[in-house]
Amino acid sequence: MLSALSALLVFQLAGEVLARSLNLPIPGPVIGMLMLFVALVLRGGPGEELKTTGQNLLQHLSLLFVPAGTGIMVHLHRVSDEWLPLLVSLLVSTLATLVVTALVMKLCQPSPAASGEKP
Amino acid sequence: MTQDISQIWVYLSASPLLGLTITLLAYQLAFALYRRSGSNPLANPVLIAVFILVLFLTLTATSYETYFAGAQFVHFLLGPATVALAIPLYTQFRRVRSMLLPVFAGLFAGSLTAIVSAVLVARLLGASTSTQLSLAPKSVTTPIAMGVAERIGGIPSLTAVLVIVTGILGAVGARFVFDAMKLRDPAIRGFAIGIASHGIGTARAFQVNEQSGAFAALAMGMNGALTAMLVPWIAAYLMNIG
Repeated sequence: MLSALSALLVFQLAGEVLARSLNLPIPGPVIGMLMLFVALVLRGGPGEELKTTGQNLLQHLSLLFVPAGTGIMVHLHRVSDEWLPLLVSLLVSTLATLVVTALVMKLCQPSPAASGEKP
Repeated sequence: MTQDISQIWVYLSASPLLGLTITLLAYQLAFALYRRSGSNPLANPVLIAVFILVLFLTLTATSYETYFAGAQFVHFLLGPATVALAIPLYTQFRRVRSMLLPVFAGLFAGSLTAIVSAVLVARLLGASTSTQLSLAPKSVTTPIAMGVAERIGGIPSLTAVLVIVTGILGAVGARFVFDAMKLRDPAIRGFAIGIASHGIGTARAFQVNEQSGAFAALAMGMNGALTAMLVPWIAAYLMNIG
């Protein structure tokens, strides 16, 4: 578990360094994810340890958003003037994004057999 | 006795231990409720845990800074967890490779829809220009969204709130949308959640299905990069036609 955690941190650090030195608009951890992905493809997959540690971390991914989510209490007053247009906009836009993305993907899907429908 | 309790409170409220402990307790309670509801998306654990914590902090008059001094240890794990998303992505690589066309088509269509629809609906309802600009990057992960908002003249702290609400809305609503569309493919469901509601949506996708989670992670990463590039152009265009 320790070596796996170190590996994840090393990739995050490398991603952070790359993002800052090249002035990329993408956060370091996302670049670290891409680099680890490339490393896994080159190595032919994660070892048992990395696999287990990754699963443990991702199992409770929601927990990790809670501290940032609670930060909503600091900025909530910004929303108060225009809460109605904001809420409607977020609702409409989130639903539209889900529907459009899914529909476009379904239309571009090469084989309709994959959807499990019978002719 | 009350003297003692208040002294203990003075100690606890200044120590990171309290913030960390209540974060874990609130989440465990929220997660237990979520499980008891039969994993109903309406009982989203992030939503419930945040609600409990905001209530607790408000009632005890604890500042967010004090709370975060402890909660940052949980927050910090977001970095390595994001890196770890490469593992399910690798596991699902074959499926991803067989779906390159739908993946890229969905990415562009979804990314554009997320940006343009948010700005236009807010404008129709009379929101101010800076509010419209703060909405444009709302579907991507917080650090990217705040950076973009700042660059185009939005309000980064408002964007941070909008990003979290968007994440929760997508995590809560996605199942109902997809079921109504009779869409079953876990890859497409996951990818669409990742485009619309970044990490919070991805976390929900992982709770449902590993393939959904992997596609959500992929979508979140790709949409973060694309939105960072697209929003400045689109925002400039939309502000001109208004």
